[in-house]
Amino acid sequence: MNLHEYQAKDILRRYGVPIPPGEVVNDPERAEQVAKQYGGTVVVKAQVHAGGRGKAGGVKLAKSPAEAKEVANRILALEIKGLPVEKVLVTPAADISTEAYVGIIVDRQSKRAVFMVSPAGGIDIEEVAASTPEKILRLPVDPRYGLRSFEAMRMAFFLYKDVKQARAAAKIMEQLWRAFVDSGASLAEINPLVTTPSGEVVALDAKMVIDDNELDRKQQIAVLRDESAEAPSEVQARKANLTFIKLDGNVGCCVNGAGLAMATMDLVKYYGGEPANFLDIGGSSNPEKVVAALRIITSDPNVKAILFNIFGGITRTDDVANGIVQATKMSPLKVPIVIRLTGTNEEIALRILKENGFEAMTDMDSAVQKAVQLATSPATPTLSEAKGRGA
Amino acid sequence: MSIFIDKNTTVVVQGITGRDGSFHAKQMLEYGTRIVAGVTPGKGGQSFEGSVPVFNTVYDAVQATGANTSVIYVPPNGAADAMMEAADAGVKLVVCITEGVPVLDMTRVYPFIREKGARLIGPNCPGLITPGQSKVGIIPGHICTSGPVGVVSRSGTLTYEVVFQLTRAGIGQTTCVGIGGDPINGTNFIDCLEAFEKDPNTRAVAIMGEIGGTDEQEAARFVKEKMTKPVVGFIAGQTAPPGRRMGHAGAIISGSAGTASEKIQSFHDAGMGVAKRPVDFVPLIKERL
Repeated sequence: MNLHEYQAKDILRRYGVPIPPGEVVNDPERAEQVAKQYGGTVVVKAQVHAGGRGKAGGVKLAKSPAEAKEVANRILALEIKGLPVEKVLVTPAADISTEAYVGIIVDRQSKRAVFMVSPAGGIDIEEVAASTPEKILRLPVDPRYGLRSFEAMRMAFFLYKDVKQARAAAKIMEQLWRAFVDSGASLAEINPLVTTPSGEVVALDAKMVIDDNELDRKQQIAVLRDESAEAPSEVQARKANLTFIKLDGNVGCCVNGAGLAMATMDLVKYYGGEPANFLDIGGSSNPEKVVAALRIITSDPNVKAILFNIFGGITRTDDVANGIVQATKMSPLKVPIVIRLTGTNEEIALRILKENGFEAMTDMDSAVQKAVQLATSPATPTLSEAKGRGA
Repeated sequence: MSIFIDKNTTVVVQGITGRDGSFHAKQMLEYGTRIVAGVTPGKGGQSFEGSVPVFNTVYDAVQATGANTSVIYVPPNGAADAMMEAADAGVKLVVCITEGVPVLDMTRVYPFIREKGARLIGPNCPGLITPGQSKVGIIPGHICTSGPVGVVSRSGTLTYEVVFQLTRAGIGQTTCVGIGGDPINGTNFIDCLEAFEKDPNTRAVAIMGEIGGTDEQEAARFVKEKMTKPVVGFIAGQTAPPGRRMGHAGAIISGSAGTASEKIQSFHDAGMGVAKRPVDFVPLIKERL
């Protein structure tokens, strides 16, 4: 789960990280008031779950309250990587002498949480890492001891020569580490960590990503989820315990297991089609999940054919068949459906489908080819449509 | 021969009286796996299916039965402790099926298991099967058949798909291992490739990867430098959209975007066969046997 900048900053402030004040607003008038209250130049920053917001025009300086209103108005009208900007953070602009980067991520390779710090922070940090890797210091944290003070000091001296600044930075790193662990994060980042002309060390931007597997035991973090900042279909899918990602194609896919789901999408493409989505109904499926999946897929007007690809292991294919029958009884399909299922309780599933007028296949390649063909050929009335007309 | 499990594998099932644990314990018994014990705290002294003794702790189970392998079906919040309990009790192979284990828990579990000298497979994995001998986990037994191909995969159902296609084409398997898709898992591709290289009965290996991370690229390097047996690979997620990634740390740490094309290229560079579709494994493996 992604947190907004303002939420991550709220968490880090509680651990003592020095961060300038800020207020989140959703209307330009309020942005003007906040700017007036702070006085001087402010920064207006889009709060949206997408990287690269600065480059997309989502972060702007405003020299006066009137300009803050105007800038907020413009940013709130933006859509960044498909997500509308619903809120902006208004914060006093800081005088910056240097910009550093401090981040923690769980690293697959060392199988530990790893600190990464660089004196060359800012928006081009990835470029820095790629072209001048010696400007990045990495430090895997031993989970048995956590971040030790000497480790924090070593990283801090990599950033600053001045001992006062180094001590301040080390303290911030220890605070960031505690926030990372306590929140169940998989990523926490301060970029930039700046020094001001008066020598203070201050965090100007913060990002945190929470491990979804932590949310059950971290209620105070789970409530920070902002559904207005997520695609509605993805919210609906999560509530039904499905994993769904909307794409631009016209073959709606419903698969069990992420690997098979991706392989199915790839096969759709291989046979000349375009998948409309990634949808994983997960392991122990029940008919209700399938009903929810079909509702989500059919709510996408681009979908011209639906493809089920189920390999029953834990998933019982008869549950899936029952779900398809239930869902289509509640609301008849307007597009053709191709069903491929094999594995656990296959015979029962095939019988249920046949009794209800559905054809099913057991071979993946033929099913995908048929779905692609149905999605690309000019619309022909489907079974349910034909029935509907007859009635 | 096979890797990791065979007919001498003796299994303790952690969470044997739970919904998933009991269902799959039965399936494993039917397959012929030697399940010698189950563990559910508070149910020690009972018996499962009239033949498997249930214990309160893994320690008790191992002391009483000498089980050398554990399979875990406990809920996510208890899974980290269950894995460490198994290794601490002296079990040498720990297979964790549980999905949803917090990754910070795994940063603590992984070094603990290593210190105990045990091997962990998973979490969030379908387990493994040596056809005709033993199945530890949830891979459907009927889709597998004994033969010369080693199979290793990050995914569950995609593994079934490929194994099923191989079996239908008359190509059997030595062992099929699902290593799981979580960021931190106990056994990686290289561990399995190394074991298959050493296993005299394995004559070719099928490997199924996914987008994300760099495990496949490292596996390809291993194939190129260390393996004499032919390997055929597949990467799922060629059409997956670039995520709305937050932050920079992911790209900095790996120096790689983990895309499908990057991984496929590494397979080509290693001289591996590359399956464009799951069904392509059949001819590609056949011509290498």
